[in-house]
Amino acid sequence: MDRRGFLKSTLIASTAALAGSEAQADETQIPEEMVGVLVDTTRCIGCRACEVACGEQNGLLVPDVLNDGALESHRDTSDKQFMVVNKYETDKGNVFVKKQCMHCYQAGCAAACPTEAMHKNSQGPVTWDGDKCIGCRYCMISCPFDIPKFEYGEWNPKIVKCTLCFDRLEAGKKPACVEACPTDTLMFGSMVKNLEVARHRIYSHPDKYVHQIYGEHEAGGTAYIYLSAVPFDQLGFRTDLGRTPYPEYTREFLYAVPAVLFSVPAFLLGLNALTGNGKSDNEGDRDFDYSDDGEEQ
Amino acid sequence: MNSNTAVAGGSGNTFQFLLQELKPRGPWLTPFNVISIPIILAGLVILVIRFIYGLGSVTNLSQEFPWGLWLGFDVVTGVALAGGAYVITFVVYVLRVEKYYPIVRVTVLNGLLAYMFYGGALLFELGRPWHAANPFIGNSFGFSSVLFLICWHFMIYMVAAFVEFSPVIAEWLHWEKTRKFLKSLTLGAVILGVTLSMLHQSGLGAFFLMAKPKVHPLWWSDFLPILFFVSSIYAGLAMIIFEGTISHRVFKDLIGPEHHHSFEDIMLGLAKGAAITMFVYYVFKALLFIHGKQWSLINDGWGYWYLLEVIGFVLVPAFMFAFGFRNRSLNTIRIASVLALLGIILNRLNVSIITFKWYETVHYYPTWQEIVVTLMVIFSEIWFFRWVVTRMPVLNARH
Repeated sequence: MDRRGFLKSTLIASTAALAGSEAQADETQIPEEMVGVLVDTTRCIGCRACEVACGEQNGLLVPDVLNDGALESHRDTSDKQFMVVNKYETDKGNVFVKKQCMHCYQAGCAAACPTEAMHKNSQGPVTWDGDKCIGCRYCMISCPFDIPKFEYGEWNPKIVKCTLCFDRLEAGKKPACVEACPTDTLMFGSMVKNLEVARHRIYSHPDKYVHQIYGEHEAGGTAYIYLSAVPFDQLGFRTDLGRTPYPEYTREFLYAVPAVLFSVPAFLLGLNALTGNGKSDNEGDRDFDYSDDGEEQ
Repeated sequence: MNSNTAVAGGSGNTFQFLLQELKPRGPWLTPFNVISIPIILAGLVILVIRFIYGLGSVTNLSQEFPWGLWLGFDVVTGVALAGGAYVITFVVYVLRVEKYYPIVRVTVLNGLLAYMFYGGALLFELGRPWHAANPFIGNSFGFSSVLFLICWHFMIYMVAAFVEFSPVIAEWLHWEKTRKFLKSLTLGAVILGVTLSMLHQSGLGAFFLMAKPKVHPLWWSDFLPILFFVSSIYAGLAMIIFEGTISHRVFKDLIGPEHHHSFEDIMLGLAKGAAITMFVYYVFKALLFIHGKQWSLINDGWGYWYLLEVIGFVLVPAFMFAFGFRNRSLNTIRIASVLALLGIILNRLNVSIITFKWYETVHYYPTWQEIVVTLMVIFSEIWFFRWVVTRMPVLNARH
């Protein structure tokens, strides 16, 4: 949008000096050490071993995969489950899709959080810190994928979402879901390398895959990326999210804050001086007192 | 005259004076009391349940709709309606337009109370309010968060508004030297308050910038912050007219006769200001609509709903304000102010709740408990307002 660009450049120019320290790093260069997961939906058989592993790893609901009939409906993640697998009936047969936090490269939830309870770690996972969280749920509003969930039935509620098994990563292990996958649907590794592998698979099998990697550009790029044989809108993905990283939307506004905070008071003081009648304010004790009956002495 | 002549002597008697002032005055069984007391009590009970069993026990909030009436009305709408304080203090103290002096105190009081009660309503809407001090202390500053900005601005603005109002309190307590000192702080507080208001009124619009895929495109815009700021100006003016009309009747004994003359002039001036701001706002809305090529969105239910808001509750009251100003018709202005206020409520609720996830088949609507708690907030604010104006020199400098 041209006007937005204009506004942006004006604001950035006018506040560059003040907001310089706040400016974010280059968005295009993803650091090598950032990790993510490549999900190749053409390989998934819907066994839901990942769901079970996730529940066990994180002390959450462990689904009874054989008997619960959960694939009959399209489920969302919840305050009981970090991730779910859904079945989509497409013209190329049933496709199973794992759904969890995408761990955006520039996370809207983390930018929204007033206390940095939601935090994008340098290795890639977006994690939540209960000691900082005030429970405002602004992360839920700002997440383009509607991932953070809230415990509405608790007196001391938590924000619940996938951590990319941050603790396991620290210990040098893979996320539990990746380790449990029997079909190599899930591939854990460097975001940059995962993208290369995904591109390679499309080039090698141009008829098998749609020529799009979901998550390469969506919402500015995500650590979870997906390959598919059918267009992504048939698999419950939102394809209207745009390529802009979500923190960009408020960054322009926040850039303007220091400019307003310093220029407006100066302007108002000047205005006040100009409209004065030459006397200093203290002289007349400018009290806007309307009664004519004087002071009670 | 005041009943507390004994106080003038010194601060030693201030405590007794305060005790005296805390006692209720006037008849108890008024219609307002009969309605508001049970609602306030019911609201308190609901809040107890909410803090034991969680937000889900009394609200319809869900994973799909994390924000409901408490945030959309109490905070987002309530703060817009409190915009009158920064507009009027700007006009009176910065531009020195003496005509509006008589309404400065009551408007600042209204603004201060609105922030205290509506901002305070955030505390039971937060999931973990015992951490509410976190944005202010420790090393957990979310500099990239609009909410962080708003938290700070609410706090500082409340201090600024309190400083603006404090000479009235000193006058009530007959602390003459303190009053003079506090008075000297007013201009600084006003300038700080106006600046902060510009930022957090627009900040409430910036709240929803990251919800781009979730708010209906007729309501979402890159310019939400500017739209929220401009509309807060006329929201504040309309609120002063509406609230002034009521207190003029209810508290007419407290208002000196000289104020009755200026009252009409003030109302006409406010109406003119509101009309101009509303036309500007309307043109801005129309430009965004045309520039965004949104004609395709207008021919369904949401489109008609949008037209109702923008024409029925912005353009129509704008014309009514202009007409009322030209013809010196206070009744037209009063009706216009009601329509304008409804338009603000509609707009804020549309952005924050009503069109939020318009594509979902099951939509959020508030429970009766959420409505009762909202009414509790409004009624307790009115109670506090009434307590202040019947004791402190707010509507009249001396009574």
